[in-house]
Amino acid sequence: MLQELYEFFKPHLLPLLYAAVIVLVLPLLAGYVVLLERKVMADMQARLGPMRVGPHGLLQPIADALKLLIKEDIIPESSDKWIFWMAPLLSVTAGMLAMAALPFGPVFQIAELNVGLLFILGISSMGIFGIVLGGWASNSHYSLLGAMRSSAQLVSYETAAGMAVVSAVILGGTLSTRGLVEIQAQKHVWFFFLAPIGFFLYLVASIAETNRAPFDMPEAESELVAGYMTEYSGFRWALYFLAEYTNMIVVASLATILFFGGWLRPFPNVHALNFLDYLPMLLMLLVAGYSLYRAPKQPVAIQKMVMAAVAGLCFLLAVALALPQFAPAGTLLASMKPGLHGAFWFLLKVGIYLYTFLWLRFTLPRYRFDQLMKLGWHFLIPVSIVNVFGVGITVYLSRSTDEGGMGWSVAAAVALTSVVTLLAAAWLAKKGEHEPAPPATPESV
Amino acid sequence: MTDFLNSGFRKTDLNSDANMEQNVETTVLGADEIIINMGPQHPSTHGVLRVKLKLDGEKVVDSECIIGYLHRGVEKIAEHRTYQQFAPYVDRMDYVAAVSNGLGYCEAIEKLLGVEAPPRARVIRTILTELQRIASHLVWLGTHALDIGALTPIFYCFREREEILKIFEKYCGARLTTHAFRIGGLQYEAYDELEKDTERFCNDFEHKVDEYETLLTSNRIWLGRTKGIGVISGEQAIAIGATGPVIRASGIQWDIRKAAPYAAYDQYKFDIPTGKNGDTYDRYMVRMEEMRQSTRICLQAIQNIPTGPIMARVGKVLKPPPGEVYHAIEAPKGELGYYVVSDGTTQPYRVRIRPPSFVNLQAFDTMVKGHLVADVVAIIGTLDIVLGEVDR
Amino acid sequence: MFDVITFYFFGGLAVVSAILVVTARNAVHSAIFLVTALLATAGIFLQLHAEFLFIVQVILYVGGIMVLFVFVIMLVNLDVAARQTQFNRMWPFALLLALIVSGQIYAVVHYAQKGISDPLFQVVAAPASALEPNSELIGQSLFTQYMLPFEIASIMLLVAMIGAVVMAKRKV
Repeated sequence: MLQELYEFFKPHLLPLLYAAVIVLVLPLLAGYVVLLERKVMADMQARLGPMRVGPHGLLQPIADALKLLIKEDIIPESSDKWIFWMAPLLSVTAGMLAMAALPFGPVFQIAELNVGLLFILGISSMGIFGIVLGGWASNSHYSLLGAMRSSAQLVSYETAAGMAVVSAVILGGTLSTRGLVEIQAQKHVWFFFLAPIGFFLYLVASIAETNRAPFDMPEAESELVAGYMTEYSGFRWALYFLAEYTNMIVVASLATILFFGGWLRPFPNVHALNFLDYLPMLLMLLVAGYSLYRAPKQPVAIQKMVMAAVAGLCFLLAVALALPQFAPAGTLLASMKPGLHGAFWFLLKVGIYLYTFLWLRFTLPRYRFDQLMKLGWHFLIPVSIVNVFGVGITVYLSRSTDEGGMGWSVAAAVALTSVVTLLAAAWLAKKGEHEPAPPATPESV
Repeated sequence: MTDFLNSGFRKTDLNSDANMEQNVETTVLGADEIIINMGPQHPSTHGVLRVKLKLDGEKVVDSECIIGYLHRGVEKIAEHRTYQQFAPYVDRMDYVAAVSNGLGYCEAIEKLLGVEAPPRARVIRTILTELQRIASHLVWLGTHALDIGALTPIFYCFREREEILKIFEKYCGARLTTHAFRIGGLQYEAYDELEKDTERFCNDFEHKVDEYETLLTSNRIWLGRTKGIGVISGEQAIAIGATGPVIRASGIQWDIRKAAPYAAYDQYKFDIPTGKNGDTYDRYMVRMEEMRQSTRICLQAIQNIPTGPIMARVGKVLKPPPGEVYHAIEAPKGELGYYVVSDGTTQPYRVRIRPPSFVNLQAFDTMVKGHLVADVVAIIGTLDIVLGEVDR
Repeated sequence: MFDVITFYFFGGLAVVSAILVVTARNAVHSAIFLVTALLATAGIFLQLHAEFLFIVQVILYVGGIMVLFVFVIMLVNLDVAARQTQFNRMWPFALLLALIVSGQIYAVVHYAQKGISDPLFQVVAAPASALEPNSELIGQSLFTQYMLPFEIASIMLLVAMIGAVVMAKRKV
């Protein structure tokens, strides 16, 4: 009986394990992304950020999570209780479900879908429900307006993001996430170099998709309408927050897969650069060493211990990365190398993309809502359409003549189409500038 | 007893609060105009300012500012304090620029008494007032940028302001409500490193202003949020009585430091920045340039601080001859005027303070009509009001 | 065996949600149940290995049409509607009609399995494995064989969009 059950579940065991890892690790990871954001914010603002809870604030996310868990659960009197309860769950579920098709390395993927990319885009767009229902369930005029604005923004930028994704799909020829990375490995070039404008379009659209600055007007504190999250407190608010950061991670992972070669090491096929394989363990050793160096300098004993524990953890990770590298070829350990190293490079690239998000948030002021919508509809969507044309023409131009192309060199084709797309974008930008600002005197109402 | 609530500048229908409920319940699709209320507690009104906005969709059709939440009866208190006793109260009005308030008051009473502060006192007063102007503009810049969404400039501005506050602390012991000046001159001699500190700060500060400019001035988003927003023409500004950067950004060249110099301003060379369009962006540029000009004044002033006494010969008990005086200075926010009526006793008969923010706030209605709700916050920020001054 | 369980799960969920759509008192609840019903249908597609259809169902129906429904429901004043009677007098007739239609569907499927050669009763089962890769086939056929209907559908959608913008446009 047990044997039968085991046979029944066996093909699903590994995905279930991955799913469990994601569900358990993701909230922790999102919490540490929040900490990273606070530290980066502080760094850019010439201050230190959280320093007390844990050494350098390393235990801050845990303290925040605990605090939010034990807060009083306030539900507005006349709200729709069922929908109020369900709305944050929808957002979080949509975010986490999108991770099912994401490969965090050549091995770690829950479900290899044929239409993985479409799956991620579609499920992410279900997060809109969480926002709209959250605003509705709060039974507050302002929350509803904020929710409407937020979802209008998301819907507008989905088209632009989708078009930017299409340009990468044209290059890859497949909708499967794993397939796209494998094609980048085959072609020895990241799609970023073949469709740079597509990447920048996706960058801007993804910032708007996740409601991050400079596109965060619907949730800004200095606004009259305080947004759909107003009535949510305690753990429900934490779920919305978690959903936002999960979306950020999903969007960053998607960008990495589409444009930066996913889990590929830079120049994976160039043997001369094989020393780059030592980079992951060196980086981990560096972090471990630095943590160990800072450990005795912490003011309090518990912080010293936590710092030493962090150093130990990083050291273990370095060992885990080093073992497959140094193990003789053909053993089980050596076969783990692509998985572990791939995961490391993937997470590194996702981290850099997230850092860009954070960087932009603290540098740029906020767009006003109508400017935001104008940017999305009047600029991004036309440019992304032109970009799709451009990438298609690139592919046509650079294909060899027996495949039906023109046989140009890839660089020339990319350069030509990028220049044309940039000219179109410049023209659109110029056209947008001539539109009059909102009139200073009211028209006849 | 006239109907206090409904007399005054505008017929304030306080019962319109009840109307608000009815207005908000209309369906969003069919709503014509709704009235929303901003404040008095709101992160962006820079104090306890209440603004009622009549909106048509997203556009502001009408607005009304309701003030008085910080009214402390300062002018009435003045009638029951001696001239020296009243001086600390003055700091608390525009609490962001306390030194300027003190300068205006002390010079007004000196005019009433007919004495003049000695040259050394006047120069040190100028240095401290210009440093205070920089500090006030830094607070304005930080909070204005924060309201528009730029989260970083405020920390840089406050870092620089910290240096100025350290200078004040070394000079008179207080950072914010300084009571730095006395009637007739100064009480405290300039401390030894005042020139060195000021020079080091001013040399540093030039680069810092450039730093703020790189973050904001040519930023496309900043331009989009400030160009063409909150426009007021020169004639409209003069008609309202606005002063300070508000009027200078509309093209009117009017600065009391040049028109009717006081303290030691006639000895120094500096420019008065003006704008062209009278929008938020021009006010931003005017204030940035004013910070640079203040640095210029300070650097000139510390080259040559005359020696000599710091206090004129005034008695311990001040009994100015009966009469009245109006003395105005160019505070960071505009023309700060003191109208003092003396009846010969030790306490003034009437002290009327003309706060620049109070008069500038009248421009709010003109500026905000036709703009979107999101611009209201930018316009309040650009007027640079301090409620302590508006309400007194 | 796994297939059967998932089918009954999704099927049951779809049926229950559909019933709740019609019987829920609150319009927003109805919309949410409709979302669940559509998602369950998408689940059935996925279980049949029609991955492209599954995701298109999610993106278009749930992500597009249902979001629109929910927007409209929320913006319309529901107080008046909530006070009106929720069911009209014809509901027994509607229930009878629904039963008749489901009986017909059952009859078709039952007799198709029995192998009756009348084409009326032939239901061809989709061979799951023969349909890979899904999206490529659909893309190819849309852009070669069915180009004209595709273009006509796009133009119709464009016309509808322009009409909606013209109707809704008013001074901000």
